[in-house]
Amino acid sequence: MNAVVQAVRRHAVMAVGVLVLVYLFLPVAVVVLFSFNDVTGRFNFTWQGFTLDAWRHPCRVPGMCEAVTASLQIGAIATVVSTALGTLLAFALVRHRFRGRESTSLLVFLPMATPEVVMGASLLTLFVNAGVATGFATIVIAHILFTVSFVVVTVKARLAGFDSRLEEAAMDLYANEWQTFRRITLPLAAPGILSGALLAFALSFDDFIITNFNSGNTITFPMFVWGAAQRGVPPEVNVVGAAMFVLALLCVGGAELLRRVRTARR
Amino acid sequence: MPERSGADGPALGPRDLRLVGLRKAFGSAVAVDDLTLTVPAGSFFALLGPSGCGKTTTLRMVAGLETPTAGQVLLGEEDISRRRPYERPVNTVFQSYALFPHLSVEENVAFGLRRRGRKNVKGVVAEMLELVELGGFGRRRPGQLSGGQQQRVAVARALINEPEVLLLDEPLGALDLKLRRQMQLELKRIQTRVGSTFVHVTHDQEEAMTMADTIAVMNAGRVEQLGTPRELYERPVTRYVANFLGQSNILDGSVVEVRGNETLVDVHGVGLLVPGRLGAPGSTASFGVRPEKALAVAGDPTHRDPALRNAIPGTVTDVSFTGLSTQYVVRTPWDQELGVFTQNAGGETLVRRGDPVVVAWRPEHTFPLAAGTGAMPDDEPAAPPVMAPVSS
Repeated sequence: MNAVVQAVRRHAVMAVGVLVLVYLFLPVAVVVLFSFNDVTGRFNFTWQGFTLDAWRHPCRVPGMCEAVTASLQIGAIATVVSTALGTLLAFALVRHRFRGRESTSLLVFLPMATPEVVMGASLLTLFVNAGVATGFATIVIAHILFTVSFVVVTVKARLAGFDSRLEEAAMDLYANEWQTFRRITLPLAAPGILSGALLAFALSFDDFIITNFNSGNTITFPMFVWGAAQRGVPPEVNVVGAAMFVLALLCVGGAELLRRVRTARR
Repeated sequence: MPERSGADGPALGPRDLRLVGLRKAFGSAVAVDDLTLTVPAGSFFALLGPSGCGKTTTLRMVAGLETPTAGQVLLGEEDISRRRPYERPVNTVFQSYALFPHLSVEENVAFGLRRRGRKNVKGVVAEMLELVELGGFGRRRPGQLSGGQQQRVAVARALINEPEVLLLDEPLGALDLKLRRQMQLELKRIQTRVGSTFVHVTHDQEEAMTMADTIAVMNAGRVEQLGTPRELYERPVTRYVANFLGQSNILDGSVVEVRGNETLVDVHGVGLLVPGRLGAPGSTASFGVRPEKALAVAGDPTHRDPALRNAIPGTVTDVSFTGLSTQYVVRTPWDQELGVFTQNAGGETLVRRGDPVVVAWRPEHTFPLAAGTGAMPDDEPAAPPVMAPVSS
């Protein structure tokens, strides 16, 4: 009996950890597994047999690949713009003392705190009143709006730990303002900017609520899935989901590998 | 001004670093106030003072990281005060080293050369790393080095550019005592070898004395006194310097008369001789004597040595043996405590606590102080309480 208690004690943390991981990854595993399901009928809810059909012809579902393309385009544009804006904002907030700095800092948080339904609805009102037809452009505008804050927060965190004496040292070592930015500031801020950009892309690709209000005739991937769910989600949707997951995994793994190779080479 | 330090000076001609009427104010706070001094080319110069005395601000103005409110920074005849930091032949070793964490040690050291478009820097970099005894560490990141190693990378990174002036901003502050001693000697060795002008900012008087040819003691944005370590120690001219560099017994009295090259000063009824002409009879005079220059003896000190012509009677209130010396505290009849250090050379007569003694020293070991100036500010790391003048 005593030995059992001992064993439980020793492995309790491990056991809880494993359970949490299972909890986190089970849905992902199901998505990946059911992308290989040989579906007969409308619903992809029960396992009926293994097939690679969905992976071979993902675009045979009408409208899905168009929706994925639209989402990727929107995500790319929104990420580039909001990363640029957010990075500049973060630099301004961390580096400069100006009137209204504190309130700007606070206001940047607002889009994050606002419920998406509220933001989506009010944006629609705004577009309708301004006479702007909703569609691809309004989705991009909306996505930039709500991703900028996340970029600002991420880059700000990185810059807050930045020792400005490094820039002084660079200037002392014959680097002019541009070279100092290019050689010291940018490389050191890059991890923050990169994670801000990735976060922005993930949020944009993922968004349903705000997009739904302002999409007009444009259909993004989340909207397609929502529509498809009424009739039964085809396994091709799981293919896209699994592919995104694998892509993200490869990105993270690749970055880590690159870092290790670099460290080893130095 | 101090003499140029002999053979160390470069042959190029007088490229002394001169600060003329230099002033820096941050809002209403004056950090550096009308500072004028010359750092001879090729010398090892120390700016010594407590934190907040303006020494780092002075250094930053020389580096170009701070713009002077008024005044000039000159290298030889060239005014560099308005030049950007990267346009000055000046490099800095920062207090926190400020090594670039994302670059290897090699790339850190090569940074300045690369910015100036030098190709094939590998050999020079390797040579410089050898000089600071870090050969073979080139591929590491700064984060993988110890404090002392990082400090040497910072020195190498600055020195490789062959600056006319190398600025050192408390570069040894973060190191432990043993390493600090070692680096002091190493920096001195490097300076002798490369012959650049070194300006070293520190609050550590021992460090300044060990390394520098010339020391400027700064207080509240001004230079209190400038001279060689020996001059500053043996002939401090203000109370501030007398207490900041080592310990001093400071006495206040009034002039009785000037006798040739000596002045007789009355201190609470005791007549003491001070070299020099201190002023008209009746005027106040302050002077000091170092504890190790004084003796505490029972009886008449002139019996022991006729040159011990200055003598103050008192009672021993404390005796502490430190190995190297014995330190006595002697209370005078006017309740001032005087320190006396006797070197442990063997053969000293021992004095015990409570003994009546005479504190005696040679008049020529007395240093007169400028009247009324240089009082210690409150935030000063004051000399141990033993030495504090208690008299009113």
